[in-house]
Amino acid sequence: MSQVIFFIAAIGVISGAVGVVMLRNPFYAVLALVAHLLSLAVLFLLLRAEFVAAIQVVIYAGAVMVLYVFVVAYVGDQTQPLGERIGAPGAVGSRLRLGGLLLAGALVVELLIALLGTGLQAIDGKGAGYTPGPQAFGTPAYIGKLLLTRFLLAFEVASFLLLIAAVGGVVLARRRHGLDEQEEEDLLVPMDLLRPGSAGTMAEGVGRR
Amino acid sequence: MSQTTYGWLVLAFPLAGTLTIAFARHHLPGRSAGWIGTGAIFLAFLAALGALLEMQSHAPEHRQMVSSLWNYASTVGVDAQMSILVDPLSVFMILVVSGVSTLIHLYSITYMNEDEGFKRYFAYLNFFVFSMLVLVLAGNFLLLIVGWAFVGAASYLLISFWYRRTTATRAGIKAFVINVIGDVGLVLGTYFIFKHTGTLDFLRAFHATTAGAFGHGSNDGDLVAGCMLLLVGAFAKSAQIPLHTWLPDAMEGPTPVSALIHAATMVTAGVYLIARMHPLFELAPAAEDVGAIGGAATLLIAGSIALVQTDIKRVIAYSTMSQIGYMIMGVSVGAYAAGLFHLMTHAFFKALLFMGAGSIIGAMAGEQSLEKMGGFRKVMPFTYGCFIVGGLALSGLPPFSGFFSKDEILLVTGERGGWHWALYVAGYIGAFLTAIYTFRMIFRAFHGEPVPEAVELKTGTLHHAHEPTNPATGEVEDTDVGFPGPFHTIAERAQPMRVAMSILALGAFGAGLVQIPKVDFVIDDFLAPSFVGSRLYQTHERSGLLIFGIVLGTVLGLAGIAVAYRVWVQRPGTATVVRERLRPLYELLVNKWYFDELNDALVVRPAAAVGRFAMGTFERVFVDETLIGGTTGLVRAGSAAVRAVQSGFVRYYAALLVLGLACVGFYFLLQT
Amino acid sequence: MSIAWYLAVSAIVFSLGAIGVITRRNPLVVLLCLELMLNGGNLALIAFSRMWGNGDGQILAIVVMTVAACEVCIGLGMIVALYRRHLPIDVDELRELQG
Repeated sequence: MSQVIFFIAAIGVISGAVGVVMLRNPFYAVLALVAHLLSLAVLFLLLRAEFVAAIQVVIYAGAVMVLYVFVVAYVGDQTQPLGERIGAPGAVGSRLRLGGLLLAGALVVELLIALLGTGLQAIDGKGAGYTPGPQAFGTPAYIGKLLLTRFLLAFEVASFLLLIAAVGGVVLARRRHGLDEQEEEDLLVPMDLLRPGSAGTMAEGVGRR
Repeated sequence: MSQTTYGWLVLAFPLAGTLTIAFARHHLPGRSAGWIGTGAIFLAFLAALGALLEMQSHAPEHRQMVSSLWNYASTVGVDAQMSILVDPLSVFMILVVSGVSTLIHLYSITYMNEDEGFKRYFAYLNFFVFSMLVLVLAGNFLLLIVGWAFVGAASYLLISFWYRRTTATRAGIKAFVINVIGDVGLVLGTYFIFKHTGTLDFLRAFHATTAGAFGHGSNDGDLVAGCMLLLVGAFAKSAQIPLHTWLPDAMEGPTPVSALIHAATMVTAGVYLIARMHPLFELAPAAEDVGAIGGAATLLIAGSIALVQTDIKRVIAYSTMSQIGYMIMGVSVGAYAAGLFHLMTHAFFKALLFMGAGSIIGAMAGEQSLEKMGGFRKVMPFTYGCFIVGGLALSGLPPFSGFFSKDEILLVTGERGGWHWALYVAGYIGAFLTAIYTFRMIFRAFHGEPVPEAVELKTGTLHHAHEPTNPATGEVEDTDVGFPGPFHTIAERAQPMRVAMSILALGAFGAGLVQIPKVDFVIDDFLAPSFVGSRLYQTHERSGLLIFGIVLGTVLGLAGIAVAYRVWVQRPGTATVVRERLRPLYELLVNKWYFDELNDALVVRPAAAVGRFAMGTFERVFVDETLIGGTTGLVRAGSAAVRAVQSGFVRYYAALLVLGLACVGFYFLLQT
Repeated sequence: MSIAWYLAVSAIVFSLGAIGVITRRNPLVVLLCLELMLNGGNLALIAFSRMWGNGDGQILAIVVMTVAACEVCIGLGMIVALYRRHLPIDVDELRELQG
């Protein structure tokens, strides 16, 4: 039974991935990725990672992809033809596509060889034993205990990173000049008081302000 | 207090004077800087007297004392200490230096009264005296070199005191450059001495040398080389041929500076050096002979040039050169006490002559040419009297001091025998020339028809120039700082000048009685502890040469005065006639034996050519184009090649990343 | 299924993502493909975590997801900023950092 579910989910994963790569319309690509993510969540469940699967669905497919959809809606439909212009300048164009395909093909072959050809017995097995219980492997309680004991630092740093990303996002995308014209106020910064009258700011030196 | 404490005080007072005047210059009212400077040197003189008394209270064997304040470094076999040596020789020198300096400071107070750079002048002058005292009191080669260099620097500062005059600044540079050549000689000579004796300290080095550090024969190669290099230093500082060209130009400085530095003290440093290094020189007779011949040559050449000079200060400058030639000759043949005695008397009468020259230049409102002077005898009696006293002393007539000292030198030279007879003869010819040019100067300036300035002075007003001009080039100057300005004074009107000159005149007159050759041995005995172990130090024997020498000296002196009188007073046109008859000789003398041109051709032009070559060819082609251009070209090409990877296309970078990843994976696959 | 199958799927997804990053010109889609690669990595991590039987892999996968979220935020912010300034939304056209 689990094998059947595995194959269905695996096919869903790979076709979602192929769809992301191949679909021209970015909106469709986003939808393909959503499908990919949901199938990946099923695979996680098969691997008894219940909490991670839930996280995947809620956050990745739920929040991140919604963000993507918003931006795609804002930026607009930039459908591009699949084939590149022949003779495009530089390293773009069909040369790059061909080279990229080859390289990635080489990559997948290597990875498969590496993963499957090692002869590691554990890979051939189904994994370590599983004892169900309230704090069994993969349950939220289990993950929570790990996060707050062994991986506390990673947890904190990750949350700090989220904060930085949020601030960064706001800064990047904000309006420079507002809806109504701002006046150039002569704001007196404390540095201005300390600076001698003959010196100037770098901005003045460049020619602005 | 011990004599070395006095020694340190002698150094401390002028240093304190310099620093006070230099740092408190904005707070010093009026002319107090001058009095502070004079007071500092006077205190140094008193300390020198204290050292003298203290030293004489010891037994002769114990009169050489070394005192060391601290070690600069005592590593790698170099004993670099700050130590002074207080012994009869150095006490003699500090007495002369500080004594004459006090009088010159006193003279300067009124001479430089209205000069805008009054305080700067006294700060520099005190610094000079400090440096000279360091030089003389030094107990090891290190401090000697320090004092030597400082004295050169002070000389430069004072020669170009009126710094807006290009003639003065050029003269200062010339003096400094030639002095630096001497410095190099001194340092290299020190190296040679140090190499064999292993110590920088004087007494230890001398002891090592006499004990055989340079081998037991004489004229060891390294020792001769070292002594010759020391001679280079001495000749440069004392303005002997061939490093003498700076001294006449140094007359661009104020007259008291000429009196102090270029008559009484700095130029005698070479004499002091040879006397101090006598253990080394006695073991290197070759170097001694070079020194003696150099001294003799200088005294003749300088004397001959002085015959045709028209600038009054330059006459006295060449006279100084000539007299120093006597001193160098004296200490090179072993007449140490005589040479130093002449140093002392020369300091007196030469400073006196310069002071008098300052007075008469003041009467001429800055004009220094003898051709424009005349007839000041009646209106400036005091100055005339000083000139007469100084001139008689310089000409070597008894009972003035110059007679005794000069004759003593020549006496000892003659007594050495052998080829030194040539020096003996040269010395007396020089004496004859000395008398002629000295009294030529006096007669031209003071006798004859009074010139307009003298007439004006008779009515009671000092002549003032319509606009101040440079006496050498005639260009007009303004009265701001950096130029002498319009103020001049004469001795008859300035009390400090008269006091200083009178004391010097007394010295010029009476100092000779201190050591009458073969009668008194005051100086001999006084200096004897410094010359223990010298095989040439005068013995107290008499010889017949004494009477002969005395008589010859007097006769030649009087003959010279007579010649001068006849040519310049009785028959005024004689000089022009003789000049026309001996035209080539005259040209040679007026052009100072072409030494300046020789230096120009031998040294200046090649150096300039090398500089031009370096700048034009070497710098441009080799350094700029090859070295710098090549290196930057290489770097540019390399970075251009690397830059091509940065195409700007993100996908290209991503492809490179995947390529890298694939390669790494491939590598790890191969590993297993 | 043995763990090997999951790892094979992970490798294929990762390579597909790499192809997408190199090939596509729309920065939005490039970011999506980047997400693909991250997901491939996540799958491998979870698989190995199951293999060893401890939760380290899962924790790391959670952190990877966090980082991916942050990166998406910033990347999309940049694209919005580009759009605001009327610049072409084309990875090949944006090459001022060359040279």
